[in-house]
Parts: sequence; C-alpha cells; structure tokens
Amino acid sequence: MTLSVSDVKRIADLAYIEIDEDEAKETLNQLSGIFNLIETMQAVDTSTVEPMSHAQSVVQRLRDDKITETDQRELYQSIAPQVEAGLYLVPQVIE
Amino acid sequence: MFNASLKQLSLQLAEKKISSTELTTEFIKRIKALNPEYNAFITVNEELSLAQAQAADKMRASGKAGPLTGIPIAQKDIFCTKGWLTTCGSKMLSNFVSPYDAGVIERFNQAGAINIGKTNMDEFAMGSSNETSFYGPVKNPWDHAAVPGGSSGGAACAVAARLAPAATGTDTGGSIRQPAALCGISGIKPTYGLVSRYGMIAFASSLDQGGPMAKSAEDLALLLNVMTGFDPRDSTSLQRDTEDYARDLQKPLAGLRIGLPKEYFAEGMSKDVESAIEKALDEYRKLGAQTVEVSLPNAPLAIPVYYVLAPAEASSNLSRFDGVRYGHRAKSYGDLADMYRKSRAEGFGPEVKRRILIGTYVLSHGYYDAYYIKAQKLRRLIAQDFADAYKQCDIIMGPTTPTVAFNLGEKSGDPIQMYLSDIYTSAANLTGMPAMSIPVGFGDKNRPVGLHIIGNYFREAQMLNVAHQYQLATGWHLQSPV
Amino acid sequence: MQWEIVIGLEVHAQLSTQSKIFSGSSTAYGAAPNTQASVIDLALPGVLPVLNKGAVERAIKLGLSVGAKINSPSIFARKNYFYPDLPKGYQISQYELPVVQGGNIQIQVDGIEKNVRLTRAHLEEDAGKSLHEDFHGMSGIDLNRAGTPLLEIVSEPDMRSSAEAVAYAKTLHALVRWIGICDGNMQEGSFRCDANVSVRPRGTETLGTRCEIKNLNSFRFLEKAIDYEARRQIEILEDGGSIRQETRLYDANKDETRTMRTKEDANDYRYFPDPDLLPLEIPQSWIDQIKQTLPELPQARRDRYVSAFALSAYDASVLTSSREMADYFDATLKQLPAQAKLCANWIMGEISGQLNKEGIEMTACPITPAQLAALLARIHDGTISGKAAKTVFESMWNGELDKNVDAIIEAKGLKQISDDSAIEKLVDQVLAANAQQVADYRNGKEKAFNSLVGQIMKATQGKANPAQVNAMLKKKLDG
Repeated sequence: MTLSVSDVKRIADLAYIEIDEDEAKETLNQLSGIFNLIETMQAVDTSTVEPMSHAQSVVQRLRDDKITETDQRELYQSIAPQVEAGLYLVPQVIE
Repeated sequence: MFNASLKQLSLQLAEKKISSTELTTEFIKRIKALNPEYNAFITVNEELSLAQAQAADKMRASGKAGPLTGIPIAQKDIFCTKGWLTTCGSKMLSNFVSPYDAGVIERFNQAGAINIGKTNMDEFAMGSSNETSFYGPVKNPWDHAAVPGGSSGGAACAVAARLAPAATGTDTGGSIRQPAALCGISGIKPTYGLVSRYGMIAFASSLDQGGPMAKSAEDLALLLNVMTGFDPRDSTSLQRDTEDYARDLQKPLAGLRIGLPKEYFAEGMSKDVESAIEKALDEYRKLGAQTVEVSLPNAPLAIPVYYVLAPAEASSNLSRFDGVRYGHRAKSYGDLADMYRKSRAEGFGPEVKRRILIGTYVLSHGYYDAYYIKAQKLRRLIAQDFADAYKQCDIIMGPTTPTVAFNLGEKSGDPIQMYLSDIYTSAANLTGMPAMSIPVGFGDKNRPVGLHIIGNYFREAQMLNVAHQYQLATGWHLQSPV
Repeated sequence: MQWEIVIGLEVHAQLSTQSKIFSGSSTAYGAAPNTQASVIDLALPGVLPVLNKGAVERAIKLGLSVGAKINSPSIFARKNYFYPDLPKGYQISQYELPVVQGGNIQIQVDGIEKNVRLTRAHLEEDAGKSLHEDFHGMSGIDLNRAGTPLLEIVSEPDMRSSAEAVAYAKTLHALVRWIGICDGNMQEGSFRCDANVSVRPRGTETLGTRCEIKNLNSFRFLEKAIDYEARRQIEILEDGGSIRQETRLYDANKDETRTMRTKEDANDYRYFPDPDLLPLEIPQSWIDQIKQTLPELPQARRDRYVSAFALSAYDASVLTSSREMADYFDATLKQLPAQAKLCANWIMGEISGQLNKEGIEMTACPITPAQLAALLARIHDGTISGKAAKTVFESMWNGELDKNVDAIIEAKGLKQISDDSAIEKLVDQVLAANAQQVADYRNGKEKAFNSLVGQIMKATQGKANPAQVNAMLKKKLDG
C-alpha cells in the first residue's frame, strides 16, 4: 500500500486539521512507515474469525427514562470561548 | 514520611502522629521544591488540597476514616476534576477547568483522599516517553537524562521521586506499566471494566483503563479497593460484587504455575533486561513457583493491531475538540470550517495529529475492512492465544519493556521505535486482561527493569499476591532514587 | 414518453421520552437555550453515553406495530462528521444492525389499498440547532435538542405518486401517535420527512438516479416538493440530460427544490461500532411484555369496523385516522349499540367539522360520547328529526341547559309529532282542504303528492314525523 501527499491532505481534510505542504510531506514519510508496520497484519488468515469490538462479552445496560439533570448553563458556559444570550457563538453557519 | 507505605501513613494518621493537613503540607512543600526539576505535575493547587486535608481531618475526628482518608494521591491530568485545570497534557485543554468530577475522582474524594496535584502526561495519553506533553517532558528520577516512560510519566516520576505516596494512571497500550517499569515502581492495569471510565478523557474507549501506581503491590491493593467499582454512567463498567484486593496478599506461592511466552523471550529484549528478568524468575522458583513455556503465536501482531484500533477510536473520540464549547479556539480564522481546522491544528501536537490521521484513514471508505475489521479479528485471535495459554499456567510473566529507560530525545523523532516500547504491554489492553509491572532490579546505566505480570480476567488479587510475595522476599521496590 | 415516479421516505420521529437517549436531560420543547444541555449533551471531555430504556421500548413498539423483526443484538455506530450542532463530532446512530428490520404499512389512496414495505427503523440522537439571527456576523448554537431520541423509519421505494407518499406519511404519523411513541407535532419538528425521489420510463424496472429532499415538515410541503422534484427530473431527462445524485432542500416560499450538496462533496462518515456502547440485546420476554401493552392497531380496528359494523372502508379509515377519534366512536357506539352508521356519520360530520372549525383536539371535545349518544338516541327513536338534531347539537356545543338533550328539545319545542292519530287528523284536514291536488294525484300527477306533504309539514312547522306523514298520506290516497 502506498500513500501519497494528496491522500494525507484528504485525510487531514476529513479530520478537520489544517496542514500545509511541508507538514503533509513529513507526515507522509511517518505514516508510510507506520502503515508498513500495520501491513504485517495481512499475513494472517482471518477469514473465519469474528471481529472483537469489546474486551468483555457483556450487553448494553439500559437507563430508566428519568430526568436527572438540572440547568447548569452558567457553569458550563463559563469555560466556553464565546457565548451570547445563552448560545455558543461560531462563525456563520451556512446551510 | 516520604518513603512510608500507604499502610504506614494510614497508621500514623490513625494514631494522630500526624494530621492530614500536616502530611499534605509536607508533600506540597516537597513538590514545590523539586517539581521545577522533574516537571511531574502540571497543576498543584495548595488551597484546594489543603481544604480537602482539613475535611479529611474532620472526617477522621468524627470516626469515619477509611484506609486512604487523609492520604495525598497524585491524579493523572486525564481525570476530570471539578474546579481543577484538567489539560490531558494538551494545549487544546490548557484552559479547561473541569465543571465535573470523574468517577475515579469521586471515589477518592469519598474515601477522604487528598488530591495533591495533577500529573504530567503524554498529550491525550498518546506517547511512551512523556515527551508529547504540551507541558514539556518529565525527568526520570533515576537518571535525569532518561525519559520516565509514558503516558503516565508524571505519575510514575511523582511516586518514584517521593513527591506523592501514590498516584493514578491510565493504560491504553501500556501507559501505567511502561512508566512504572522505567521509574522502578509498581503499577497495575486492572481488568477492563473494573475502573470507571466516566470523566477519564477518552483516548481509545475499548482499551482505556485506569489503575493505580505506587511503591508496592500492597499499596496497589489498597488503592484498587477504592478505585474499582461499578459506575452506572459508564456502559462498559462491570457490575460485580466488591472484593478486597488485599485478601490474598499473604498466600504462599508454592505450586504457582508461571507461564513464560516464548515470543516474549525472543529477540528484541535487551541483555540487561533479560538478566534482571531471569533473576526475578529464579526468585519465584525459590518461592515455590514453577515456570512453564507457553506460546502466544499472534502476540507479535499486538502492535500493528493496536496501531489500527487505538488511532481509529481516538480519531473519533477527539472530534469533540473543536473550539466551540470549551478548549482552545484559534485567535484568527476565516469561516466556520477554517475555525475548526485552525483550532485543531494549533491545539493538538504532532503525535496526536498523527494518530488522528492514522485513525481517520483506517476508518475511511474503502479501507475499513482491510484495516479496522482485520485488526478486530486479530484482536480475537490474540485473546484466544491467552485463553489457550491459561490452560497451562496460572499467570504469565515477561519483561514489561524491551529495554530500560531511553534518553530524552532519543526516540522522539522516530514514531515506530517509540511505538515498539509497548510491544509487550499492548496485548493486555486488546484482550482486556489485568496486567502489572513491578521493579526487579536494574539494567544498563543503573536504570530500573520491570517484570510484567499478566493475569487472567479478574485475577487482580492473585497477581497482587504474586507481586507482594516477591516484594517480601526482595527489596527492589524499596530502592529509591532520592 | 410516460414517466413513473418512484418515492421512498425516511421519517425521523422524535420519541416521546422524558429524558434524552444517552443522558438524563429533559427533552421538553421550548426551554431557554442550552438549559437542557448536560455535560453529556455538550460532549465535555470524558463523558459517556448510557442508553435510555424508554427509547428502546418505543422502537420495539413501532417494530411490533408494523410486523417487523426486532433485531437482537443491534449495534450502535458512530457517524463521524463535523458540525457545530453536533457536539461530539459524531452522531450515535445505528448502521449495520438496526433495532427494527423490515415491516409493512398499508395505505389507501382513492379507495385503493396498497402495501408499502419498510426497510428498517433505527435509533439515533438528534443534533442541536443553529440559530441564524445575526450575532455580529456569527451564528448561535443551542444544544437543548442535541441527544433527543429519534427513530429513523426508512421505507422501500414503493410509492409511485406524491399522493401515495402523503398517504404513507399520514398513516405512519397516525400510527406513531396511536401507539404513543411520538407526539407527531410537525411544527416542533417531532415528525420530519426526507423524500428520495427518482423517475423512470413507465414499464422499466431499473431505478433512476435519485435525489433526496431534506426536512419536509408538513404533508403539503411533502406533496409539493415531490411534485416539483419529479417535474424537474422529467424535464431534464426529456431534454436529454441526466440526473445528478444529490441532496436538495425544498423552498416553500418559491415552491422549488434546490441543491444542498452533491454526492461528490458528500461526507465520508467513517461509520464504526461505538466502543462506548455495548451490543443491545432485547430478550423475547421483553418483546412479549411490550406486545401486551400495545393497543388494538389502526389496521385491525379498521377491519373490525368494516366486518362487525358494516361500515364502508372509507368511513372505517376516517374513523381510525387517529386513536382519539376511534376511541370516541367506540365510546359513542357503546351507548348506542347497533347504530354504527348513525354514530359514524355524526362523528365524521358534525363533531369533526366543529372541532376543525374551532381548532380543538378530539380529546377536548365539549360533547362527550355519552352526550352525543343521547342525542342520536332521540333521532333513532323518532323524537326529533335529523334537522332538529343539528339545532340541539349546536345548543349542546354551546353548553346550553347542561347539554341535556331532552331539556333542549323541550325548551326549543323540537319534538316531532309521531302520534298516529294526530298525524291522521292532520292528513285528513289537508286532504279536505285540497280537493284539486288530490284529484291531480289520482290522475297520475305524482308531483301533487309532494305538495301535499309539504302542506302538512308547513302546518306543523316541520315537526311532523316525515316518514309517518308519507305513509299515512299514501294510505289515504291509494287506500
């Protein structure tokens, strides 16, 4: 598998992380090495194996439908970058 | 006082030889004096710690003290702590004062323990040397040119340098055990699901597990008694009867079957580590245990599997850091997308970005099956290997790390070499099994060596017994760099 | 060329739980911004989701109501994309294994029954809202709605006209309200439709390229948007063009759809199982328990109305368009057994008309089923005419005389003359006074009969029982 600089840029774009040309090139070198390591997985035949998502085979616990939270807006918004009238402000959202 | 075990401190507090306020004051003084050199703590808040100490003294006066009441504990800066700066070692959260407490913090608070400060760590727990921290590297107390390991490097340093009696850590691929080994202390990652992940800032949800770091196995048992327990706010938290992890400490080891995976005693392990491990195994044989060779054929794939699964989960877990509701927001930006991209580019360090990119890639369209599903299948094979091995033995041992602590800067430019520091530890995260590290001597440059003890699910009490008996017979855990 | 329109709908039904799907925050509508946004809804570092049992229960109810398979286990997955109203940077949804699989919904258009197959229904969380009022060139984010439980109900592309799509949406809307899983309030966004529309030459099998029209929040907009979109696609194809797969928005002001995003800039959502949530297992015992609590479903009740009460399919479907109306009908009929048609006519006519006119819900109807039954009983036993009954109804609606039917009839003097001897006397009087018309009638002028009836009714101010008058007159004339 070979990665290209444009792959790196595409992933960075998906991940919403700004990256310039030089960073993309440097990242490409590092990622290529890491993916060579990752590729060693392909040597093992896993065609009959079920994927394992969780360490324990337990099932989802359910919460009773009850309101347990109270209004803490003031506390929670005290750490926000920009708020007004109880709203979190961001650059104009265009739909 | 600084070398005392938790049990000794608890006794001194109970006998009123010292108050929690005095004890806390002493540790804060020591931190203030030595932390500028070690950089083990990101945040120390004397006022908050002393308020807790005074409350603990009152708690004791009213006869409600438990074993950890009044004892200072250093908390890894990954645990959200109400009213405390909680940075996760990142610029992204360098202004984040948590409005709530993690489950683990609540448990220590209920036990009357004192939060003595928030320890330094690799950014978002991604690293094996503590060098990825936005707050700078931490020094290894045994050798200031060496790394303390990571990601719980600040915690390991704090305990080894006697800046705190004990500490909390978290372990996603070895982040408790590897720094414990490199700093010559004891640390355990319990079975996945025993310690609440609520409020523990997520790196890789299916692998992350909190655990204690301390000077001895006996101390770890006391800490586990407080840290573990069901938390309804964490869907992966297990509902089990409470147990006393110290209950089996005194059991003799005669008849114990120790499995030695041949894959862990192969090339890769350095000579100095190997000789310390062999001596430790000899000691176990003297204690009545027998060793058997076992095989974990897929274990060598733990690192590639880990470096698919952990970044995949991390890439999604770290999407919430967008500069909208908290955390770093870029100073200047154009439109909405630019605000996101710049805030994230500025707020995350290179290693975190690297892992987000790896994770984004392996989950992206067309690659999911080849990487993510493949890795999950191998994860099952690795777990099966361990299950098979436990048919022949009670417990598994090997080196915690392939080498003793490396030098600061030695591997920071080479991610793959850095990743390989976790070659023996990451399998226990993939399988969810408990694993610990205890100090068993010194290797090159007189740097500590850790013995890795992996148990079957829920065998923490047995592992602590195995570790404690060794510590009774030897004195490595009592060695101090200061 | 003849074109065929192919439509599939995705409906987002907001589930009527007290608390959110993964947190204990209230779901109440209309609170001040961000006062119902907890640490979990805000996606603070370290928080974790725990699934609301009430949301799962409602999904199971829907599944049982449409004859679907309840999957166990089902899996929650993360749909990853960045948007300020999506605090975690991913939406927790279900992807590969949804909780509800398959199922069917019967719709009626112009008296013709049609089956629409369901693909699936899955649980997911709603996003917050972006408010576009100008805050110095910025937008405001309100996360009260973030984490509200949604059931996304996806149909197969089985509909062939906007009328069918609307019928399906209305049937589903009635169903979710009927089984009490969603309040169906479309203004508040509790029931939102996305339509997948494509066209193809009639008689062909292959599906055309589809466009998805987002967020249609009324049945009228759904209809108009589909009609516009189908016309747009047909025009393009007839001009030799081709359809581009894309997501479109319906602009109600301009009555047109426009491009929102194309397939090319569609996100790569990187779905993967959420490691914070475990497989959702639903034991059969729970399903059985929920089955016990389900009311008789609209389809079953409709069938029963036709078979047991001989109502027309149309009447039956109107009466079952809401559970409140059907329950009202049942309650009325209980007081007046065997008068199903009379009850149906009045509920569908006077009651519905008046409720509509005044914008009142069935549950707030000022006339109870027992009161209506008392009125209808007086029509049935001949005490009053149907026409007089309407006057009584009006008085009852306005709350006159404690809505006592008999008191109103008495006070207004609306009682019919149904006494045979009294009617005979009236008939004799009119016959005697109208010899010419009697003669006309007997000479074959049928019209003269009606004129005689009219004179009798006039003489009694309309109170004589018309059926009796008719019969008596006929007897006398033909006798």
